[in-house]
Amino acid sequence: MKIVHSWLRELAPLPDDVDAIAHTLSDVGLAVESVDRVGATVAGVITARVIRTERHPDAAKVHRVFLDIGDGTEHHVWCGAFNMQSGDVIPWATPGTAMPDGRLIETKPIVGIPSEGMCCSSRELGLGDDHSGILILDPKTPLGVPYGQALGLAEEIVYDLDVLRNRPDAYGHVGVARDLAARFGVALTAPRGAIVASGASKSASVDIVAGDRCPRFTTIIISGIRVAESPDWMKSRLAAAGMRPINNVVDVSNYVMLETNQPNHAYDFDTLGGGGFRIRVAHDGESMITLDGVERTLTADDLLICDATDRPIGIAGIMGGQNTEISDGTTTVALETAYFEVPGIMKTVQRLGLRSEASARFERGVDPLGIETSIARFVELLRLTCPDLVVHDGFVDACTPSMPAAVTITVRPERVSALLGRPFSAVEISSLIEPIGFACRAEGSALAVSVPSWRPDCTLEIDIVEEVARMFGYDKLGKTVAKSTLAGGLSPVQHRRRRVRDVLLGLGLDEAMPHPFLTDGDLSRAGLSADAVRLVNPLVMGDDVLRTSLRPGLLKAVAFNESHRRHGVGFFEIGHVYPPSDAELPAEYEALCVLVAGAEAPRAVAVWRELVSAMGWGARLDQMKVPAGLHPTRSATLSAGRDVVGAVGEIHPDVLDAYEVSERVAVLELNLSVLLAGEPKVPQWKATSKFPSTDFDLAFNVPADVSADKIDKALRQAAGSLLVSLDLFDVYRSGGPSEGRSLAFRLRLQASDRTLTDADVASVREKCVAAASKLNAHLRT
Amino acid sequence: MIADIDAARAAAVASIASAATVDDLRRLDADLLGKKGPLAQLKAGLGKLATVDEKKAMGAALNDAMTAVQSALDERRAVLARAERDVQLAAEALDLTEFVKSPTRGRAHLVTQAWERLEDVFVGLGFQIAEGPEVETDWYNFEALNMPPSHPARSMHDTFYVDHGAPGSTVLRTHTSPVQIRVMQAIQPPIYMVMPGRVFRNETTDATHLAVFHQIEGLVIDRGITLADLAGTIDAFTKAFFGTEFGSRLRPSYFPFTEPSAEFDIRTPQGDWLELGGCGMVHPNVLRAGGLDPEEWSGFAFGFGIDRMAKERHGVGDVREMYTNDIRFIEQF
Repeated sequence: MKIVHSWLRELAPLPDDVDAIAHTLSDVGLAVESVDRVGATVAGVITARVIRTERHPDAAKVHRVFLDIGDGTEHHVWCGAFNMQSGDVIPWATPGTAMPDGRLIETKPIVGIPSEGMCCSSRELGLGDDHSGILILDPKTPLGVPYGQALGLAEEIVYDLDVLRNRPDAYGHVGVARDLAARFGVALTAPRGAIVASGASKSASVDIVAGDRCPRFTTIIISGIRVAESPDWMKSRLAAAGMRPINNVVDVSNYVMLETNQPNHAYDFDTLGGGGFRIRVAHDGESMITLDGVERTLTADDLLICDATDRPIGIAGIMGGQNTEISDGTTTVALETAYFEVPGIMKTVQRLGLRSEASARFERGVDPLGIETSIARFVELLRLTCPDLVVHDGFVDACTPSMPAAVTITVRPERVSALLGRPFSAVEISSLIEPIGFACRAEGSALAVSVPSWRPDCTLEIDIVEEVARMFGYDKLGKTVAKSTLAGGLSPVQHRRRRVRDVLLGLGLDEAMPHPFLTDGDLSRAGLSADAVRLVNPLVMGDDVLRTSLRPGLLKAVAFNESHRRHGVGFFEIGHVYPPSDAELPAEYEALCVLVAGAEAPRAVAVWRELVSAMGWGARLDQMKVPAGLHPTRSATLSAGRDVVGAVGEIHPDVLDAYEVSERVAVLELNLSVLLAGEPKVPQWKATSKFPSTDFDLAFNVPADVSADKIDKALRQAAGSLLVSLDLFDVYRSGGPSEGRSLAFRLRLQASDRTLTDADVASVREKCVAAASKLNAHLRT
Repeated sequence: MIADIDAARAAAVASIASAATVDDLRRLDADLLGKKGPLAQLKAGLGKLATVDEKKAMGAALNDAMTAVQSALDERRAVLARAERDVQLAAEALDLTEFVKSPTRGRAHLVTQAWERLEDVFVGLGFQIAEGPEVETDWYNFEALNMPPSHPARSMHDTFYVDHGAPGSTVLRTHTSPVQIRVMQAIQPPIYMVMPGRVFRNETTDATHLAVFHQIEGLVIDRGITLADLAGTIDAFTKAFFGTEFGSRLRPSYFPFTEPSAEFDIRTPQGDWLELGGCGMVHPNVLRAGGLDPEEWSGFAFGFGIDRMAKERHGVGDVREMYTNDIRFIEQF
């Protein structure tokens, strides 16, 4: 929202101190995004007439413009905008001009032909937001003069405000000036005139069919209009506020809206069918052409302004129609000033994607009681350029039962004090909020606060608490620290998650964070079920699958790095996955995935074992159940009790091909929601022995169908309490995978109470050999 | 006999002095002081002496000689051992800047690093940490937070809708605030909680905006909590996280779920103000949605982005870089 400094100072005697005003605006919650000086003439930009334009066969996006600055010489400019014709007067930035955005205009050639300077749009000159074409000036403008002089521009200081949803009134200069006046302790002097009708009785009829959507509709007939130019000061303020000056009637209409926040619409009374208005919802499929020349198809959710013959002449509160637009010949207008129901305007704006200065105000809520003031202001300003103006008797003010009721809120000073952390008396509260339009009346120990009609956001006591804080100043409320009486800390699950991450980092794995949305096909390429929850409105078409596994994202990360000649990356991710479910929400849980490129399955098992040992987890490794997408003979399901808690092994070569990964990839995938929830086993102390230990090795020929795990268990059981450690230290295969292999174990024995004898060792060794042979594992000799 | 002892002693000392290595000395030790050594042989001859006095005198002389040989051995051994160690040390010389890269530690994601540092600071201020689902119901994400259907503020959130349940009933949470409601429903005040997590906005990404990013949200609910407590807590956090030379301020703002609402800014030691996040007193309607009586309990909430903390700390030019999972990026930190 662009608020003009000089305008504010006309509405209240505020200091001419830009910094103080900007600071105060932020302090009352009207955040100043920037303070700009606009309308200052850019030195070097002068007026020029277009002699002719020409296309060039080798330059598709630009054309040649030949300019005359009144001195008889011809100047040539390449231009990317095509909205000018021979005879148009435009602003021309001569070579050497420094533009407001910092660009230096130079003579640059295109297809070998130099361009002398540049034709300018409104935005390029800081005159507004319009950048749709070159700014076309009045054809009577003298040539070769600074454009600012030709436009009668004065420099204006503009505050660009970020006005929030709860402050519809701050969309007008009066609303902003009101807050400032209260803070600076000066009186708001904004005009609050009444309508004075002097002409013969003449009115337009008003028939509100959709009373719930249009609680108030007023119209008044104004004649004696002569369409002309607006005074320079008005043009300059409008331009500074971002609106292009057009003619006195349109300009006054816009000016009153920017000042009072009340949009209005002037219809040429002579083209208003049946001499009246009918306000109804559209028929499904009904269409009309709006002022911007676009045909709009409407639904029964849209509110229309029709003339008395039921012909649509405007979409209520959003944009008028082309058919009743005022023209240079207009002498009599029917001025519409209305109040529309907010959600209905919002809905139509959203559906049509059509926004206007008026709709921006109606969809936030205008002041339903501010209509008379805005009409009086309209008349006052238009009379400046139309001295013969006649306001006709016969003001029509149609209200329906849907008019918002006046709001009165009970405010307890002790409640205000309790929430703001400082005592506020009823008197102090009144003195803070009365200057911004709230009326306070004592009601026992409380206050009955009447909310001004321009503040529809205030309906509860807490809303008034905020107003008190805002006008008092947040900074003056002081700072105390809320003392937690609780012990701060991470939850057990959060502690365990950090521990998992530390272990993985210690193993040299890097943490990745792929995108949680997958593309159609990512899951099936990973060998996983394509059954997934989808987004209704993805940002990127096709990027609509909510991941059910972290694997596809990490596979993409591995492939990306491989394609950049970075092989052997080891990644992990801890993140949420969202499998489908029939419950109220998808079956979301936290997962862990580890991928190590250039590594085989044992690397993943090693990571798993390290985690098991660090976290005290227990799980079975079941190679009979091959997890989807994993290597069929090098992978296992991890189960704890009846729950499948993960998978370990290698990525299936088909999947690697699909993801264009050439290295083998070891994988570990875990359900952390399950694993972190369990209380881990706490390792218990065992005394270390003071007596010497003895080592010996056993190597067995083990059949293919007997897992190393089974031999390990059998040896542990056979060795009994003397066993201190048992490690598999060598695996040797001489034949194919079906022919078994040799497994070599090292055992260390030690007693806690004596030195072992040769007989002790021999006995353990014998038991171990016997136990292994029961599994068809025979000692190698 | 004295002459024999002196001669044996002199010969022994001379051969020790000429020994070149510690190994030579070990051999000499056995030869000279062993049972078959010259002094031992002379000792065996003591018995043949006539008088006790002679025996005593010769015995004493022999002991002297053996002690002398022993100390000659010890001294020579020390000299040779030192020299040999010196040779060894010289031979072992390494250039420690000949650094051959070996497997390194892994690196936590920049967002994780910022996330954990933030958690740690809040833990120090007495906060606990809560989490919630990323796929949320419309009720938790909007309605319970004082944004009923058709509330204008909903258009401030560019929401991803999820095809689950009734149309429009399920969303990717647009903020971490739904966790506030889940916390209020789960535990009784006092509540001093921060809620970090991933959030989603259906917005085009650029160097400073992501569609998927991370926020941390704070919620305090207790008896007699005030707006001044909010300002003080923000200040305590600012000083703990950024440094004691930083300051903070609140500016009025608007959020549907808090009132009074504020933006909070931090002041750098250079005096610049940076916008950090939003905050405010928990709206009575939100307390009610969480099952609490606003006349009994009051509280405040605040929230800000985690990704930006990581971005600013490491000077990452484009926030999207943090999510490329490019090892060349990861290795830098």
